[in-house]
Formats: sequence, structure tokens, C-alpha cells
Amino acid sequence: MSAPLLAVEQLRVEFPTRGGTLVAVDGVSLSIAPGEVLGVVGESGAGKSLTGAAIIGLIDPPGRIGGGEVRLGDRRIDNLAPEAMRRVRGREIGAVFQDPLTSLNPLYTIGRQLVETITTHLDLSPREARKRALDLLTEVGIPAPERRFNHFPHQFSGGMRQRVVIALALAAKPKLIIADEPTTALDVSIQAQIIALLKRLCREHGAAVMLITHDMGVIAETADRVAVMYAGRVVEVGPVAEVIHRPQHPYTKGLMGSIPSIVAERDELAQIEGVMPRLNAIPSGCAFHPRCPHVFDRCRRERPELMNAGATRSACWLVVK
Amino acid sequence: MSETGANPPLVELINVAKTFDVSPPWLNRVLEGKPRALLRAVAGVDLAIARGETFALVGESGCGKSTVARLIVGLHQPTRGEIRYEGKRIDVGASQALRRNMQMIFQDPYASLNPRWHVSQIVAEPLRTHPQMLSLGKRDFAERVASLLQQVGLAAADGEKFPHQFSGGQRQRISIARALAGEPAFLVCDEPTSALDVSVQAQVLNLMRKLQRELGLTFLFISHNLAVVHHIADRVAVMYLGRVVERAPTKRLFSEPQHPYTRMLLDAVPDLELSGKARTAVAGEVPNPLAPPAGCAFHPRCPYANERCRREVPVLKPVYGWHGAATDVACHAVEEGRLKPRVSATA
Repeated sequence: MSAPLLAVEQLRVEFPTRGGTLVAVDGVSLSIAPGEVLGVVGESGAGKSLTGAAIIGLIDPPGRIGGGEVRLGDRRIDNLAPEAMRRVRGREIGAVFQDPLTSLNPLYTIGRQLVETITTHLDLSPREARKRALDLLTEVGIPAPERRFNHFPHQFSGGMRQRVVIALALAAKPKLIIADEPTTALDVSIQAQIIALLKRLCREHGAAVMLITHDMGVIAETADRVAVMYAGRVVEVGPVAEVIHRPQHPYTKGLMGSIPSIVAERDELAQIEGVMPRLNAIPSGCAFHPRCPHVFDRCRRERPELMNAGATRSACWLVVK
Repeated sequence: MSETGANPPLVELINVAKTFDVSPPWLNRVLEGKPRALLRAVAGVDLAIARGETFALVGESGCGKSTVARLIVGLHQPTRGEIRYEGKRIDVGASQALRRNMQMIFQDPYASLNPRWHVSQIVAEPLRTHPQMLSLGKRDFAERVASLLQQVGLAAADGEKFPHQFSGGQRQRISIARALAGEPAFLVCDEPTSALDVSVQAQVLNLMRKLQRELGLTFLFISHNLAVVHHIADRVAVMYLGRVVERAPTKRLFSEPQHPYTRMLLDAVPDLELSGKARTAVAGEVPNPLAPPAGCAFHPRCPYANERCRREVPVLKPVYGWHGAATDVACHAVEEGRLKPRVSATA
């Protein structure tokens, strides 16, 4: 693998509360190569969105990065001053969030928002910026961009708004895009359009993508590699086909079995008993052990790190048992 | 309805329509000359749900599937058409006793439970209006609540807690326990698992199947998630802009979809098979229901549309497959043979 574009080492995100410090992301390490699509999948509360937010420096206080480092290329970005981070955000890392209505300012036309983003990050005259904005709108498939340029966000449908948000994310030609649940708020037919668009544009622009979602189907369609998160940690990471067809970690296995399919006939879905632990009651040892069908002594005592298992890396003591 | 065979349907909808008046206020209409605006949410739907089956309605946002659910349980009055339960009309003047046979489970388990009530109070509420239960002593009453909670996989002691002490999946179990309290025969489930994580969704779907087997329940299952529908339903109707465009047994619908919209929907679902098949992403979006297209509502997005599709609304007509199973399809192209019926190799 070539030198990674983004390297996250032992990232820790914590929230100090009166009852003690809650650790929402606990020692997460990830890397993304230039042009690669890394899927990050997990259920609510797994810490996947916070990992994304920590990378672009958007953790809301009192939350804070409590340890580890984030490197973009050969530069550390987790300890940048807010002003310097603002320049990285948008210029070098673009972001697409779940709800396109809240990512756009309802009081400005989308043209003005695009031009503002472009002139903030690129050294272009207003006229050139307008031309680039129109090009971007055409590229993301907005019909009649000249007319739509002066429209407000509420005049667009959900799918069209998400296209505008993607245009905004690409405006300054970033090398990395962090997409947090970009299709969750959309209908299936629109979702397919947006996934196809995101894939095509990132290939054309050579941008790498960190795709955060709970939808394994979207990951299967889009990602090169996938990291599965559980209770603030990466439990398995590997090439997407391997993780889907030959999962090693018991949690990944359970997760795959519980997804209903439109192809396979199944009488009963596999189910993982219990629920994801709350942050103030993360079990000792492996956080998955109370729900794991293969639990043994060591799981309750010691916390497993990622280990080579088949073609993936899995954080499970079964690997070395 | 011939499709349910010898058994008379438990629930029947005959040409049901619902139009909402979304006009601007009278003063604005007078002063600014704004016209009246009518939103046709459901435009003539015929359905027959047999006893003991799971019937699913699928479609994208705004297709009218939730309105159909609300019409059936009486939360809306139909503008036109008849709704029957065991052959008796329930759209006008249904007796309480008849209504008690049906219950509804809603999508959002956070909004559908009163946060200030104990779980036992929430589950007991339907019991309080139930004539057979009124005679129960305090002790029997508590026992009934406890057994309901255990039936859905919660502990009897959970009745003492408040909804906020439960996770989303557990809350949906409480909703199910509440729905079962009045011993209904028919449950309307409006997106019951959309707000849940996949592993929790699997728990709730498995629970619903188990309860159906044990109690002989009939489900109307509303969902936008085709994979979930494929897993749980016996028969499926696909809705588009207020109309049913295709209706078939689940297996047949998924292996031999006929209507262009159904084919498109099935193609759009991302799957885990990593088949690498190219998706035919269909362009366009669902039209504004305030100004639906003339003729077939799908024609602006349909690659097979012609002059007739733009003019004439298609009606559901049976298409027979290799195995004699009929799919009802509302499409001129399929009817005229312009669009070849899809036949799967394996079915």
C-alpha cells in the first residue's frame, strides 16, 4: 500500500461528565490510501460518527480528543488551532452529512453558498468562482443550473439538496471526503442515484472517501475496505468482500446474519441477544463479551487488539485461542 | 375478491380514496387569488387481506402507504370507497367492539409512548376499556400485564420502569405488548423497525413472526425497506403516488417483478452479494402529489411510456407466470406486451 492519505492512530474521544469521563471512541486506528473508499459501519452508539467528527475537528464541547493523533499526509491535524483547522476543513477535507437541509443555510441561495465556499478556499475571481459553481452543479446532475443557481435550499427536493451538498464538498477539490450517512434520509431510488454519483465523482476527482453508515448494503456497493465498529472500538477491518462473506469477529458475523436480504430465503434472522452497552457501563475486557456466543475467560479479563485473522484483522481472542 | 380464494378476506378495501384539503386560508384565497389545493394521498385502492397472512405495502415517501394504514384503523375518514372488516363496513359508524379487533404499531417508539407513565400503565391502557377485563381483580390485572410483557421478551419487573429507561428496540417491544393487550386479530404495523438498528430490527422481526404463529395474528406491514418486506410478508402490494401498481405473492414479486417501477425499485436496492451488477439507476424523482401527472403517474420516469400512458390511467390486471400464479399489474406496456413479462429462471 502506498503512503496513507489519512492515518488515525489510537484516537480517543471523551466526554467529561459529573459522573466521570465517558469514552465514546477508544483507541481507534484507521488509515485511508489516496483514492480509496473506506467504509465505517456500526450501529447507533458505536462511535462511528464521532470518529468522523474528530478527524475534521468538529467535536462539540465538552467533548474532546483525549489522545492519539490524526495525520493528513505528513501533517498532524488533530492539534491545529481552530483557525488553521478551518482552512483544512473544506480545502483538504470535504464533508457530506446525513441531513442535507441542515447542512445548507436556508437564508442564502445555493449559488451564493457555493461561490462563498469556492472563494474562501481557492484563489479565484468572483466571475471564475461563479463559473466553477455552475460547472459543479452540472457535474452533480442538477438540471438547468443557470436557473437553479439563484434558488434557495427549500426549493429543492431531498435528493437534489444532497447533490448540492456534494457539490459544496467537492468545491475546493479536497483529497478526502468524509460522508456521514449521506443516503440515510433518502428513498431507495434516490439513494441509488446518490451512491452512483458519489462513486463516480470521487473516482474522477481522485478523492478518497470515508463513508460512515449503518447500511451494510451501501458499504457493499461502494467501499474498497470496511471497518466495523462496536462500542467505540474497531472490532474488524478488511477488504469489503472478505468482511461480508468471511467475517471473523462474532459481532460482524451476527450483524451480517441479522440483515434481511431480497435474494436469500431465510426463515429466521440471526439475532444478537441484548443491546449495545451504554457508555457509562462498557464491560471489562472485550466490550462484546456479554453478548458473544463464544465468550471464554480471557474475553472478560483482557481487551483484544486487532490481530490478523484470515484475510481480515479482527479484535477477538478466538483468533489466537 | 378472487385472489384470496375460498376464505373471505379479513380486511377489505374497495376503491378507497383519501383527499386532503391543503388550501391556503380563506383570506389568502380571497385577497391573493390563490386557488384551492387538494392533495390526493390515496387514489382508489383495492386490497383484500386474508386471515393469518402478512400483507405488506411498500413504496417510497409520499406514496400513500401510511395513509392507507391510518384509513384502516379509523384515524382518517376515507373520501370515497368502503373499508370492511369481516364483511362489515368500518369506515362509517363502526362499533367499538369491532374496532377493538385492530391495533396499530407506530414507527417511532420514542414518540408513541407517554414518557410520564409507567410501562405497566402504558400496556394496561387498552385493558381498561375492554369489557372482559373490567371484571378482573387488581391482581389478575397485574398478572395479565406481566404476561404481556413476558410475551414480548421483557421482564415482568420492567412494568415499574419508565419508557426512557429502555432502548429503542425494547420500546418497540412495549408498543407491541400494548397493541396485544386487547387481544386483537389484526395489527397494522407502520414502519415498525425503521427507527431501529439492524441487529435490533432482527430481534423485533423474529418476535413479530413468533407472535403471529402463536396467536394467529394478521398483519398489515407498511415499509419502505424491500429486504424487510421480502423477509416477513406473504403478499406484497407496491404503491406509487396513491395507487397500487403491482400486487403479488412475495416470492413472485421479488423473482418476477412486472411493473417498471417495481423492477426499478428492486434494482436500486444495494445488496450484499457483491455481484457487481450494474445498477440501472432510474432518473427523476416522485412527482409532486399536488400536481400528479396525467395518465399513469409513473410515465415521466418510465422508459416504456407512450402516448396512451400519458393519457389513460392503467388499472390492475392479472398477468400469469409459468406457474399459474397471477401478479396484478397496472401498466399499459405490460398489458400490451410492449414490455415483456419478466420470468425468472429459478422460480
